[in-house]
Amino acid sequence: MSAKDRSKEGSMKAITANRLRDGEVVFLGDGGRWVESFAEAALFPRDEADGVLAAAKEKAERERFGVDIYAFEVVEQDGVPVPATMRERIRTAGPTVRTDLGKQAWGKQAWGNQAA
Amino acid sequence: MPLIENGRIGEDAWSFIPDGEPVPNDRPVIISFERWQAERDSFEGRNARLGVRLKSGTLAGAIAEDLDRFSLVAVEFAKFRDGRGFSTARELRERYGYTGEIRAVGHVIPDQYLFLVRTGFTSVEAPEGTNQESWANALKEITIAFQPSLDDTQPLSLLRRKLKVG
Amino acid sequence: MNHIAPGARAGIYHYDEIDRQFVAERVEQFRKQVDRRLSGELTEEEFKPVRLMNGLYLQLHAYMLRIAVPYGVMSAVQLRKLAEIGRRYDRGYGHFTTRQNLQYNWIKLEDTPAILHELAEVDMHALQTSGNCVRNVTTDPFVGAAKDEVVDGRVYAEILRQWTTMHPEFTYLPRKFKIAISGAESDRAAVRIHDVGLLARRNDKGEPGFSFYVGGGLGRSPFVGKLVREWVAQEDFVAYLEAILRVYNQYGRRDNIYKARIKILVHELGLETFTREVEEEFARLRGPKYRLDPEVVEAIRQHFAPPPFEELPDHSDALERARAADPAFANWLAVNVAEHKAPGYAIATISLKPAGGIPGDATCDQMDLVADLAERHSFGELRVTHVQNLVLAHVKKDELYDLWKRLDDAGLGSANAGLIGDIIACPGLDYCALANARSIPLAQAISARFADPVRQRTIGELGIKISGCINACGHHHVGAIGILGVDKKGTEYYQITVGGDPTLTTAIGDILGPAVTETEAVDAIEAIVDVYLANRRDGAERFVDTLARVGHAPFKERIYAAD
Ligand code: HEM
Ligand code: SF4
Repeated sequence: MSAKDRSKEGSMKAITANRLRDGEVVFLGDGGRWVESFAEAALFPRDEADGVLAAAKEKAERERFGVDIYAFEVVEQDGVPVPATMRERIRTAGPTVRTDLGKQAWGKQAWGNQAA
Repeated sequence: MPLIENGRIGEDAWSFIPDGEPVPNDRPVIISFERWQAERDSFEGRNARLGVRLKSGTLAGAIAEDLDRFSLVAVEFAKFRDGRGFSTARELRERYGYTGEIRAVGHVIPDQYLFLVRTGFTSVEAPEGTNQESWANALKEITIAFQPSLDDTQPLSLLRRKLKVG
Repeated sequence: MNHIAPGARAGIYHYDEIDRQFVAERVEQFRKQVDRRLSGELTEEEFKPVRLMNGLYLQLHAYMLRIAVPYGVMSAVQLRKLAEIGRRYDRGYGHFTTRQNLQYNWIKLEDTPAILHELAEVDMHALQTSGNCVRNVTTDPFVGAAKDEVVDGRVYAEILRQWTTMHPEFTYLPRKFKIAISGAESDRAAVRIHDVGLLARRNDKGEPGFSFYVGGGLGRSPFVGKLVREWVAQEDFVAYLEAILRVYNQYGRRDNIYKARIKILVHELGLETFTREVEEEFARLRGPKYRLDPEVVEAIRQHFAPPPFEELPDHSDALERARAADPAFANWLAVNVAEHKAPGYAIATISLKPAGGIPGDATCDQMDLVADLAERHSFGELRVTHVQNLVLAHVKKDELYDLWKRLDDAGLGSANAGLIGDIIACPGLDYCALANARSIPLAQAISARFADPVRQRTIGELGIKISGCINACGHHHVGAIGILGVDKKGTEYYQITVGGDPTLTTAIGDILGPAVTETEAVDAIEAIVDVYLANRRDGAERFVDTLARVGHAPFKERIYAAD
């Protein structure tokens, strides 16, 4: 199920981390794989998110893949899942004052001025 | 638990006796500072060596009067980030002239070993499975110091600079 | 290591073999620590303080690396290296901070040892720019050039740099520890908002020493530093600091990170008790081991010998002709150029605050240009100020016009030092993991609104300072107008304070009223300015003085009446 379909089921959560070796913002995608783009992030219903987070955290720490792992709220805006807070939107896209930098510059952003 | 001394895992002749358990008279033991305060008279006339363990919040001054009774002072680090123990050791040496063993116990990491030695610690109780290499390395990787300290390979002048310039 | 000497004449401290060896060893140590982290021997909890001690933070998008610029002074060679690193390992720019350091925002952990290695080639590092240790000591950006200098702050800041470097006892303090030194009569180092502020004073016999202010700081609970001792002799000043730090290390709170700074200890113990503890410790420490030998001071002073100034007339015909011919230049002269102690020279401030720009950001090309200009016009040396600008401290008056034209061509010629366009802003939510709101867009909007240089000069001296959260990295508490970003249910709001003052008459600003949105904030600032202009006396009264005289009421009425 794509991120878009699932977010319609109500308030959802996505799971994120910074990759240990380079700090890049990553999201938990389908099948426990970490992805760089929010568009590919898996969305979890609220009540499932805690369990998924705990497992992902344990694994990412054991494998020394990511740090600062947590879940954040996702809402639907114009039919597209969007992080609920400005903070997560900025992490997902890049600095609002330098739109030439960060994921937004590489088309890895799932909302707003995304090219794809 | 492995005991680190001079960058190596060494023999630990000491054992810590938890409060309430009987204190053996025939070998070196460490007791808590709290027990010492409560039961000090019972250690009158003891021949085997005695050590005392200070919680991280207990400052050197608390034990200053009794230092001649102890061949070892164990200073606890509740968390490695809690650096009070560095001042405790330094005060024990500089202010109260203590010359016995000072041991770091609790949570310390190899990256702090040089600082421990430089503030007057002589040994460290490391966690099981610790990497001996990291401790050995910690004493070798930095060879410069800029302040006076208690480890005598370091300069006594205020700034390391002086040896060079003066 | 390919060592590149950072320029023999620059007024910076020159590393010798010992300094170099030390920094090289630290780079290797960190390389191993990174390996141990990547191999899992160190947990993140254990690695974090280690990386912080090497200036490496995790921000929103990547790691951030904070490079130490000891007391804000560096050479052209060093700046060029910073530009090179910014191109190779970052995204072609850097951010100069209120702590007189430089930050890169897009660093990879795995590149960090290589970056530190490159920095070491020009005698630079990122040590003690973070973590609960004694941080990079800051001083007056006009040091060595100002007319009112009592002592050369660089000498003492350098002594402290050495003394605090890997201090075995004070590297795991309850919290960070910031020291500022002002060597001049007027305080350009904001000494009373630091954990310890030193103000140079001579005693009756003319001997140099320092007044000690302790327990200043902003953040969640702002405090103005208190005078703990009127005068400490030069030879005792390290011992006195050692005493302060030992008292702090032993008694500072460790149960609550928001109460761990020394300001809270001073507040909770009371000034009298705190001072007594320090004096007792000091009395014991005083003695040969902790005495600062005058020879050491002299040896360090040699590094900061004045550059070879030429004997010049104070008046420059070339300068006067350019001033008369080019009003934009005349404006820059009036605003960004200060008097120098040597005749025929001047101190030039390079504003990193173009209208609508990001305060403190400089591209690597701009860094290269400033490095060239420093070489051509200022003995190869420059300074970073605590208001996020750069300074060329020793420019011949004859050459100011050339300098300004080159700067202006590169977008660095803004004439706004100390004016409303000279906004301090922390990185805020665009970069910072702790932020509640963005700071930069607001700074951009305000500086764009007040872009007109004539209007700025009419308004006069007025500092706006913006922080994206209560940690107050943007010094909002001491802004004549301060702005604090807050989060209200996911929306960014801004709380406005007025009446702050970062100089020796330090004052913490008062909150004007309820927080406003970003758009409202820009209008509110303009309203504050209008009310000030309408009320100020003689067309010259400073904003803070008008405010003190008329109170908050007229400002509040104007901002909040409209609702
Ligand atoms: C983005 C990464 C940053 C983080 C995570 C950060 C974090 C913090 C925190 C937590 C504090 C409060 C400390 C306390 O009160 O105990 C603080 C204070 C401070 N920061 Fe930052 N900061 C950052 C960037 C900056 C920048 C870019 C500057 C300079 C422009 C800066 C300058 C300061 C200053 C001057 C203070 C002292 C305010 C005081 O006296 O409490 N910081 N910072
Ligand atoms: S004030 Fe807050 S938002 Fe701004 S840099 Fe400091 S911690 Fe980040």
